[in-house]
Amino acid sequence: MIVDINAARAAAEQSIANASTIDELRQLDTELLGKKSPLALLKNGLGKLPTVDEKKEAGQALNEAMSAVEFTLAQRRALLGRAERNVQLSAEALDLTEHFAAPGRGKSHIVTQAWQRLEDVFVGLGFQVAEGPEVETDWYNFEALNMPPSHPARSMHDTFYVDHGQPGSTVLRTHTSPVQIRVMQNVAPPIYMIMPGRVFRNETTDATHLAVFHQIEGLVIDRGITLADLAGTIEAFTQAFFGAGFTSRLRPSYFPFTEPSAEFDIRTPKGDWLELGGCGMVHPNVLRAGGLDPEEWSGFAFGFGIDRMAKERHGVGDVREMYTNDIRFIEQF
Amino acid sequence: MKIVHSWLRDLAALPDDTEAISFALSDIGLAVEGVEKVGTTVAGVITARVIKTQRHPDAAKVHRVFLDNGDGTEHHVWCGAFNMQAGDIIPWATPGTTMPDGRLIETKPIVGIPSEGMCCSARELGLGDDHEGILIMDPATPLGIPYGQALGFAEEIVYDIDVLRNRPDAYGHIGVARDLAARFKVPFIQSVPTLDVTGDSRSAPVEIVAGDRCARFTTIIISGIHITQSPDWMVSRLAAAGMRSINNVVDVSNYVMLETNQPNHAYDFETLGGGGFKIRLAAEGEKITTLDGVERSLTADDLLICDATNRPIGIAGIMGGQNTEISPQTTVVALETAWFEPVAVMQSVARMNLRSEASARNERGMDPFGIDTSIARFVELLRVTCPDLVVHQGMVDERSESIPPTKVIAVRPPRVSALLGSTFTVEQIRALIEPIGFSCETSKDSLTVTVPSWRPDCTLEIDIVEEVARHFGYDNLGKTVPKSTQPGGLSVIQHRRRRLHEILLGLGFNEAMPHPFLTDGDLSNAGLPDVAVRLVNPLVVGDDVLRTSLRPGLLKAIAFNESHRRTGVSFYEIGHVYPTSSDILPDESEALGVVIAGSDAPQAVAVWRELATGMGWGARLDQSQVPSGLHPTRSATLSAGKDVVGAVGEIHPDVLDAYNITQRVAVLELNLSRLLAIEPKVAQWKPTSRYPSSDIDLAFTVPTSVTAEKIEKALRQTAGALLVDLTLFDVYRGKDASDSRSLAFRLRLQAHDRTLTDADVAAVREKCIAGAAKLGAQLR
Repeated sequence: MIVDINAARAAAEQSIANASTIDELRQLDTELLGKKSPLALLKNGLGKLPTVDEKKEAGQALNEAMSAVEFTLAQRRALLGRAERNVQLSAEALDLTEHFAAPGRGKSHIVTQAWQRLEDVFVGLGFQVAEGPEVETDWYNFEALNMPPSHPARSMHDTFYVDHGQPGSTVLRTHTSPVQIRVMQNVAPPIYMIMPGRVFRNETTDATHLAVFHQIEGLVIDRGITLADLAGTIEAFTQAFFGAGFTSRLRPSYFPFTEPSAEFDIRTPKGDWLELGGCGMVHPNVLRAGGLDPEEWSGFAFGFGIDRMAKERHGVGDVREMYTNDIRFIEQF
Repeated sequence: MKIVHSWLRDLAALPDDTEAISFALSDIGLAVEGVEKVGTTVAGVITARVIKTQRHPDAAKVHRVFLDNGDGTEHHVWCGAFNMQAGDIIPWATPGTTMPDGRLIETKPIVGIPSEGMCCSARELGLGDDHEGILIMDPATPLGIPYGQALGFAEEIVYDIDVLRNRPDAYGHIGVARDLAARFKVPFIQSVPTLDVTGDSRSAPVEIVAGDRCARFTTIIISGIHITQSPDWMVSRLAAAGMRSINNVVDVSNYVMLETNQPNHAYDFETLGGGGFKIRLAAEGEKITTLDGVERSLTADDLLICDATNRPIGIAGIMGGQNTEISPQTTVVALETAWFEPVAVMQSVARMNLRSEASARNERGMDPFGIDTSIARFVELLRVTCPDLVVHQGMVDERSESIPPTKVIAVRPPRVSALLGSTFTVEQIRALIEPIGFSCETSKDSLTVTVPSWRPDCTLEIDIVEEVARHFGYDNLGKTVPKSTQPGGLSVIQHRRRRLHEILLGLGFNEAMPHPFLTDGDLSNAGLPDVAVRLVNPLVVGDDVLRTSLRPGLLKAIAFNESHRRTGVSFYEIGHVYPTSSDILPDESEALGVVIAGSDAPQAVAVWRELATGMGWGARLDQSQVPSGLHPTRSATLSAGKDVVGAVGEIHPDVLDAYNITQRVAVLELNLSRLLAIEPKVAQWKPTSRYPSSDIDLAFTVPTSVTAEKIEKALRQTAGALLVDLTLFDVYRGKDASDSRSLAFRLRLQAHDRTLTDADVAAVREKCIAGAAKLGAQLR
């Protein structure tokens, strides 16, 4: 019996070794280990053995043989499987530089990108974001900002007048500052707000000037706000937005809606000064127009252009390019 | 405003350090836009006397000039100008000279005879526009010296200062010098000459009719004048400050204005009808020819200076008339110095678009009490060229009630300190503002500040706070960051807008930013009502329509790109539209527009569905209401409740034609002011089943009158709780127009508590078929 078992085992191992595909192995699985396999038949004959010892010995040999066949099958299966997978893998080879235009993400306008980055920096500095209408009344755009009719400073604004209501009563806002008044009227201080938005100036466009552009305005109103707070806030913004190597400086200037007024310049790490925007302490008349008592509250405001941030960041030579809606421009960013 | 360095140093003991002064100017709010050197002379150009001139038979356009520069040699130059004669002294550019235009002067022959250099015109030396001929110099000029030295040219450094609206005083050298002296803590020296009145009484009487427009008008008669050239130093300074020399009287008038800031006007007294003045408003349409030779038509709001016969002789505060101009024969002048109401001057300037050095000052508000000093200074300077001049008694000083009162402001040091963030005492404040002319009466804890008459901008305590800050130095106030007690952040609407941007970008749409102004016809071409708010003063004639829809701008963007061989582009825009309204302001709102070139309506609907899911929006698709300008059989309005919140579909082919677009354009338009305000439903978890699912595919022939949406709804209802997913996966329309089409749906069924049996699935299938049949859908 033992001899038969060994022979069957050897034969089985031989046929496994001879198999060259997974399919053949699948067939062998039944042939070599199934109910009608030589080893199974031998197992059926165990009962006919005379002694317990013989039964025990042959049974053990049979179990070993079946395990061995199973093991050899598994080994062979793994080997052939790997080979077949390798064939498949090499057949599937691709050149990944053969690329086709695929549906891509859309591109955000670079002014929106600058706008959102500015918002994010100010949000980080504790500001909220307010908005207001682009078509404004003369009162919000000028009068409430300490520019009564015939105020000389009005001539600094080339204003688009809108044919709505009384002649001269409606304008396209020339700055985002009217939103300051709307915020003061609607939000009780303390106010820490920025006001980004579209503004309009009736002036001929060129490579650095647009008639329709975007500004961001900041307004802080609280108890005990000082000019030093303004300088510090500008400095904090400068470093958060441009980088740690940048510093800022305030220079006296004039705006009807702030006093003291200043221009703020930033200094690049290379030492160049760039004029960025205007700022100042909110004028008492403006606080009053917003319904606040200037003896109780003080504050500062600042503002600058968003388009220029986009222009400088991406090195756009002509701001007018940003508004052609030429897909060849938009796709670049 | 051009401010001359040497002039400033005459008025204040300032350091001779251009950089330090330049920095200080910017630091006190007089921003320096440029520093330039003027009066630089061209090296190599020297004086020479013409010995003789000679024509040459072979050279028609030039003649030979023989020169003597004092070195005993005769120099020969060919010259194309013929205005000189023997004995004249001219500037001679010697060989090797580089002219201001970069030309190198070399010895060059004409008809074989060499030319040693060149005779120069004024223009060639950068001395003005005169190129009529060679510059003929004073016969007493020494020979062989640099021409600049001969003309008394001093090299001057000029600061170009941006004078702000609130600093009218900084239009004069005195104002700038006073500010700088305070900054450098050096003495400010304003010479106040005494007016030597020696002549008999001669007056030019003044009648101020429009007293609200003219607060002060002084006249004084000066005789014994002869018209001549100004001294070189004055010509040189005027040139540095950007003014051309005319004659001694006009130059002194300008010089006094540039120094004291007070505009003045010298009239030829002999030409002054009736020997006096009348200041009145012009009659509508009244005409005057101004000094620049232009006849100007006036309005009833313009102020005129007339002579005593009521003849207009000048536009008040802006420009004198030609009829009383100083002429070479003038011997007696009436000097006018006046104060005009600034806002009215500004309005006249704007109306006439006529600007002058005088108007630039008068429209900002002059010092009504600086007049007397400026008259004395005028006489002092004119005496340099007219030593025999006589100032007559009988000066007229007519004033009206509108003369600005002296302003007195109470200043509280704690207030100053609170606003500037540094502590200022009474004494510190006084020390900062007294040097710039603010006189202070102080008590223990406050100041009473009298504003100098040259600072009309200062009316409130806050104006004094600014002066304190300016002279303390903004840089010295330090930098602190206020502690915000509120959390920073975007509002919910701003967060939703950001999310909308992200979804649209993720779907592959590029963001466009078209112009918010439309051209006449853009709206009607887009199939939209031609009702819009218009600009009164558009930049470009015709571009005056405020958009009521984002559509025209986006269509133009598609057309532009198509014309540049870029088809199939897709854009979105989030922006404001401004429809008309009877309220105080137009009905401004925020809108979204999406245009997809080369795609048809279902694509737009798919975008809407994606946005609706992503943003938590809901709306009814109503194809029975076709939005204007959209494809009538491929478009729908989107409604929420009773309100229309948008439109979806395709652009009408007529509109595409009008915009020169040859592709189909799918479109989605939404009213964001409404939709972003909607609180989105937060998606709630639905448990997923562990049991296997089964699919049923059902294809129906559906009458055209029945929408897919209706069939879907019916299937959902009849399939009941086992339905977990329903998709329309195929639509088939026969080639011929038909009253039906085929719609194929896939339903996925699944239970939460068991594996579905064939019987379960069959039952749902039967119910669905029956449900659809009620709507006229036949199973195919």
